[in-house]
Amino acid sequence: MKHLLSIDDLSTDEIHQLFETAADMHDVQSREVKKLPALRGRTVVNMFFEDSTRTRSSFEIAGKWLSADVINVSAKGSSTSKGESLRDTVLTVCAMGVDGLVIRHPASGAAVQVSEWVDAAVVNAGDGMHEHPTQALLDAYTLQRRLGSLEGRHVAIIGDLTHSRVFRSNIQCLTRLGARVTVVAPPTLMPSGVGAWSAAAGFETSYDIDAVLPTADAVMMLRVQRERMSGAYFPSEREYTVGYGLTRNRLALLKPDVPICHPGPMNRGLEIAADAADAAQSVVLEQVSSGLAIRMAVLYHLLAGEEL
Amino acid sequence: MPAPEEADPGTDSVRADRTVLDARDISRALTRISHELLERNKGATDLVLLGLHTRGVPLARRIAERITAVEGAPVAVGELDVTMYRDDLRSQPTRRAHKTALPPGGIDKKVVVLVDDVLFSGRTIRAALDALADLGRPSAVRLAVLVDRGHRELPIRADHVGKNLPSALAERVSVRLSEVDGSDEVTIS
Repeated sequence: MKHLLSIDDLSTDEIHQLFETAADMHDVQSREVKKLPALRGRTVVNMFFEDSTRTRSSFEIAGKWLSADVINVSAKGSSTSKGESLRDTVLTVCAMGVDGLVIRHPASGAAVQVSEWVDAAVVNAGDGMHEHPTQALLDAYTLQRRLGSLEGRHVAIIGDLTHSRVFRSNIQCLTRLGARVTVVAPPTLMPSGVGAWSAAAGFETSYDIDAVLPTADAVMMLRVQRERMSGAYFPSEREYTVGYGLTRNRLALLKPDVPICHPGPMNRGLEIAADAADAAQSVVLEQVSSGLAIRMAVLYHLLAGEEL
Repeated sequence: MPAPEEADPGTDSVRADRTVLDARDISRALTRISHELLERNKGATDLVLLGLHTRGVPLARRIAERITAVEGAPVAVGELDVTMYRDDLRSQPTRRAHKTALPPGGIDKKVVVLVDDVLFSGRTIRAALDALADLGRPSAVRLAVLVDRGHRELPIRADHVGKNLPSALAERVSVRLSEVDGSDEVTIS
């Protein structure tokens, strides 16, 4: 594995291998000295052209706990804001001898494009509405730890599917690991052409959240991405919550102890009620610590081995 | 996966495998090491046995069983993976890390005995000492190995040795244990 641009880059065996390494990395988090020397002498640059708190800090801590030198470049405050092209920015940074490049960009396909320009290992940390592979890995890893195995388990992914890269990566990852996936969204937020896609990728679609929740073994809520919406996709926030939010009443529809995931940041009171976000079965914070373990595993597998 | 230290790159020996320790020899060696450990430590108090992956782990468990049989009280056993601490990490394909599991009492102020199958260059033990420093502060660290084949590249020596086995660099020492390989045997080829 040279880059991690898409879940499609990984074989099922490689996903399991990453999970096993992540489990080792998870143990490190409970140590007094949270540092492994595996990436000593390696340099990782986090290039974030889109706002992010958890993904950027997660990659930063992951790199640092593996002893890599980590620097952060953001669009604001970098030469990008002076009009420099993505290609020139990336090439400039890589000319400084960078081994790994973690990139988030609002344009779908940006990470793939960057991987063609540079020698460094590229990790896609979210490209537009396309993919977010480490998020999908951490979601599946979190659920696997909770449920034992994903084989035959029913996972409901609910919310703004049209604008969600998390959902696109998750579909691939979850179905690959044997889960049965049903995606739920209002018709306006269901991606166009989903019918053919769902048939090919082997997932189900529904517009009725109340019908899906009782059979779910895990629920994954997605954020309503106001910043990516160019028009009105639903009449009002109130109406969205009534139709598709995980409200207190809907919590009662779930089987006991069904884990509730949310990739964050959460719009409390919109797609997820505070009662659900803070419920005992909510794994939102567990996702954060799993994310760190997964990103350590990814950086380790990409950068620790033989130099190419 | 055999312990990386056993591998002799460029082995082209034409000699056939020669068994240097059979199952009974291994058993006797481990019993002796167990008694030596108890004698040196004046009992099993504060003793922690840490097996190095892969074959050090079952060896540590076997020694622990013998100590328990003699002392009548269980002795703490854990497993230590040193993959991340190896100095050749960059020159090899990515290695999968194994589990590091410390006994519940940890290793602070304990006498830690590192247990491995073969002592060769000493680089695995150097990595293990680095790993230990990240995990806690033992009061003392000792080393017990089933076979010491020489050719040290670092100033490291074992406190307890099952068998000293003078070997040529081109020779290959293989340790097989029933827990991992189905049978107990040490061969040289």
